[in-house]
Amino acid sequence: MSNFPFLSVLTVAPLVGALVVAFLPRRRPDLAKQVAFGWSLLVLALSVVMWVSFQADGDRLQFRESYPWIPTWDVNFTFAVDGIALVMLMLIAVLVPLVILASWHDADASKRSVPAYFALLLVLESTMIGVFAAADVFLFYVFFEVMLVPMYFLIGSYGGHQRQYAAVKFFLYSLVGGLFMLAAVIGLWVVGGKTFDWQTLTQVDISTGTERWLFLGFFLAFAIKAPFFPFHTWLPDAGRAAPAGAAALLVGVLDKVGTFGILRYCLPLFPEASKWFAPWALALGLIGILYAALLAVGQSDLKRLVSYTSIAHFGFIGVGIFAFTTQAGTGAVLYMLNHGLATGLLFLVVGMLIARRGSSLISDFGGAGKLVPLLAGVLFFAGLASLALPGTAPFVSEFLVLIGTFTVNKPVAVIATLGIILAAAYVLWMVQRTTQGTLNPELTEVKAMHRDLTLREKAVVAPLIALILLLGFYPKPVTDVINPAVQATMQDVGKTDPAPEVGSVQEAAQ
Amino acid sequence: MDEILTYAQAAEPAGAVTYAAADGLLSSVWLLVAIPLASAAILLLLGRRADRWGHWLGVAAIGAAFVLGLTSFFQLRGLENKSVELSLWDFITVGNLRVDFGLLFDPLAAVFVLLITGVGFLIHLYAVEYMAHDEGRRRFFAYFNLFVAAMLLLVLGNNYVMLYFGWEGVGLASYLLISFWYGRPSAATAGKKAFLMNRVGDAGLAIGIFILFATLGTTQYDEVFSSVGGLASGTVLVLGLLLLLGAAGKSGQFPLQAWLPDAMEGPTPVSALIHAATMVTAGVYLIARSNPIFSANETLQLVVVSVGALTLLMGCIIGAAKDDIKRVLAWSTVSQIGYMFLGVGLGGAAYALAIVHLLAHGFFKANMFLGAGSVMHGMNDQVDIRRFGGLSKYMKITWITFMMGWLAIIGMFPFSGFFSKEPIIVAAFEREGWTAWLFGGAALLGAGLTAFYMTRLFVLTFHGPKRWTEDIEHPHESPKLMTIPLILLAIGSVGAGFLLATSVPDWLTATAGLGGEHAEHAAVLPHWLLTALSLVVTVLGAGLAWALFRNGTATAPQPAGVLVTAARRNLYTDAFNEVVFEKPGIFLTRALVFLDNRGIDGLVNGLAAGVGGGSGRLRRWQTGFVRSYATSILTGALLVVAAFLAVQAGWLA
Repeated sequence: MSNFPFLSVLTVAPLVGALVVAFLPRRRPDLAKQVAFGWSLLVLALSVVMWVSFQADGDRLQFRESYPWIPTWDVNFTFAVDGIALVMLMLIAVLVPLVILASWHDADASKRSVPAYFALLLVLESTMIGVFAAADVFLFYVFFEVMLVPMYFLIGSYGGHQRQYAAVKFFLYSLVGGLFMLAAVIGLWVVGGKTFDWQTLTQVDISTGTERWLFLGFFLAFAIKAPFFPFHTWLPDAGRAAPAGAAALLVGVLDKVGTFGILRYCLPLFPEASKWFAPWALALGLIGILYAALLAVGQSDLKRLVSYTSIAHFGFIGVGIFAFTTQAGTGAVLYMLNHGLATGLLFLVVGMLIARRGSSLISDFGGAGKLVPLLAGVLFFAGLASLALPGTAPFVSEFLVLIGTFTVNKPVAVIATLGIILAAAYVLWMVQRTTQGTLNPELTEVKAMHRDLTLREKAVVAPLIALILLLGFYPKPVTDVINPAVQATMQDVGKTDPAPEVGSVQEAAQ
Repeated sequence: MDEILTYAQAAEPAGAVTYAAADGLLSSVWLLVAIPLASAAILLLLGRRADRWGHWLGVAAIGAAFVLGLTSFFQLRGLENKSVELSLWDFITVGNLRVDFGLLFDPLAAVFVLLITGVGFLIHLYAVEYMAHDEGRRRFFAYFNLFVAAMLLLVLGNNYVMLYFGWEGVGLASYLLISFWYGRPSAATAGKKAFLMNRVGDAGLAIGIFILFATLGTTQYDEVFSSVGGLASGTVLVLGLLLLLGAAGKSGQFPLQAWLPDAMEGPTPVSALIHAATMVTAGVYLIARSNPIFSANETLQLVVVSVGALTLLMGCIIGAAKDDIKRVLAWSTVSQIGYMFLGVGLGGAAYALAIVHLLAHGFFKANMFLGAGSVMHGMNDQVDIRRFGGLSKYMKITWITFMMGWLAIIGMFPFSGFFSKEPIIVAAFEREGWTAWLFGGAALLGAGLTAFYMTRLFVLTFHGPKRWTEDIEHPHESPKLMTIPLILLAIGSVGAGFLLATSVPDWLTATAGLGGEHAEHAAVLPHWLLTALSLVVTVLGAGLAWALFRNGTATAPQPAGVLVTAARRNLYTDAFNEVVFEKPGIFLTRALVFLDNRGIDGLVNGLAAGVGGGSGRLRRWQTGFVRSYATSILTGALLVVAAFLAVQAGWLA
């Protein structure tokens, strides 16, 4: 199976599905939903086959395909994945069907076309797969920008309160970042011998000054995308305005392009600059962890709160990447996956609560556990995953990031560890204010608040809960795939793990 | 699980500490964790369908675990090297970090398994009746089983990450059970407080684990204990202090004690099992397990001893001023665990003494908590000891069994506390120089104070005139399902001390580092005199309380002096937390939210507007007209060309 063009097919397939769905009659919204859901399941099935075909101990980049596009500039449709990209592709393939299922009624109330909503979700899937599968820098850039379009419409056309403002803010922030990257992409093409091929470019020597400027161009785009402090203020607005499903994809997958880009482009292409900028990046990560967690505690809106927790988590990922150890790096990549599952779940569950209540304000809830015990239970579980409780997948990644960072940078790791206390604070306080305590009398008057999880909603949350628990107890299948890719990246940067202090003393004595 | 199960290879002979691979019956110790966990999962997943029989499944799971624990214990006794290891699967393998999902069954783990499942079984049985009228009984048993599973993982893990796994797991179960009646704001707040304070300790424990990996390259017990001698003294001190922070959080020791009394918001069986007999002793387990680390640094031991001595006195003083029966017992738990910390801090042979006291305490404190539950059951959930009195006539079994617990905790001969607490007092007097007087004196004073406040509790509840509220006419004794566990635990309160004190120290010598010799110093006072002194202060304390309270007490709060007022307010520790952490934290959060909305967002918006050519344009962008994007695209194109030229011209090189 390894000769099968997995990546191009996976990129194109959802797009074809989107076209089919878009041209279904508006009068038959259910048919559009079913086709979209079925299509996303096919993509998932193909992704599983690809996962099985991937050789964890094989080449760094696998499933490589290349087709010429603009020969004069040497731009090609080149696709290839390493373990890091593979994991992200799996995350997309798992999340999209669940998001479609969760969004079943999200577009019903909208004045816009229902089939178009689901078509947009599939377009988004296609562009997201493309961005992770690209192995040509220009192709990556194109997907990076095109990805904005479906998300812009999902937020701007189907979103909630202040959706226009949020959509434009999201678009502009990303666009500005993208422009910096475009400049750097062209610069890279010039100094790299007029090619966009990623593998060729990793071999190029670049002078220190140029390397730093190019790094900065890419890094700014990725830092805005992730987002890292202080480029984060678009996310709470977008996260709040977006429909819950789109928000889950936004923070679960789209934002990961930022951290993925740093791992795939900044570190291997500009290793010296990466090391030079590392202290600054670590500082941004640390600020993000503490600052965003404190802000999450203080939020009065559920979706904004989840957005801020997400920014704090991205701080952990940033620290993990720039610590340059295999544990921290593997932890960071695993974090990207686990955060997609956990925060994805949290956003979807919060969406279910908000859909019932018709409000996302925390103060409009209170004691909801009495009315919807199961939903409250799932919210609590998602919260536990978010605070990285052992037994849930995020614990493994957070632990790896912290322990890996500690071996090379004790102060950073110790300060980051304070984040786990704050995480408990924002999760538990959120849970307390929404589901515990005296029952808010206004809640009982809302009819929908008396309906606990439906079968469809159970089908959405159950796979995510199962995956979070499975990877919490047995993360090896994923770490085995990530590990070689991270080790290769660490080699690109020229960093090796420090030996244990006592061990090295004993060796020195011998 | 079976497919993944693989048997451990014998640990590498890296140094002094080695564990054999588990085989035969002992290779199924993983079931100890799996059975309660499976039961909890079934109860949670089946939902209301399990309401009718769910509690019996919960009881049966713990019963099965107890039987398995007991047979495993006898198996272990027959082995030469009484420590076996079972590696279930590779948990985390990245670079040179290898964490085993593995278990260790050795004498220390075995006594904890028996305590957790044995006392746990009795309390589960009691809870069947106690929670009979609660609509959430099935959910209660699910959480209760989850707790036992996590606690067993905590004591059975063969490395620090497994310990941490169980450690946070019991924290979760504790949270769920404290805020079990989540509709009550006070219960929800108490649960959150417990989890947060525990997380402070957990963060310390986590950093301790990071230090182990950074310095020794491993978190497995055998490898850590074999190579801990190579660590610099300063590293050991920092490592130990961090582990101590974790231990203090879980065990309600100073400065992280404030959550434990509030945890009494949970149902009484929870207070008995989790917040008295088992979970709160996890800190003692951590220090005893890590004894090769703690014994390697004297300053560290001094800190542990000081925390123990300070907390034991604090618990006594506050406990003497409280009127809520469960809170008095909670502060007495804080105080008794202080004795255990004192013991493990003293090191050497005192490690085993602390474990003996821990086990004995598990019996008599569970006994008294369940007794308190029985009293509340008969008195319409009244908890104020000023509104009890004269109950000895109405609840004979509760009265007699509680009396056994009372005599045990104050250390009266021949009840179990005498055999478990008095040796710790003696050991404290065996320290060098003036610290012998300081810590020995504290332990002795604590014994007198314990006798005082526990006698006060006992007399005000069961003797003296009736001071009941009007709604109570005839308090009733609890049903058999509640009194039978009480009787069994009372028997334990009488006999366990002597049996444990004569057997456990020998048994524990096979656990790495716990076979310590008696201190080389003789006690500063002769042994017989110390024994006599501790009995004298006990009788004095108890007698004073009897004299003061045998005629009852006022039912309204009385004006009090400085010390009593301070004690009623938990020695102002809560006020301190509020002023130093809570209030500034809330202020900081609010200030940051303001800053983020106005400052950062405004700044970046302004910057973006500046790039785009004036803030007026930003406002037009926000109208969503796509034509205005042309400006940004043009700007971008110019930027690209500029960058392109700059690179070409070599300006940036």
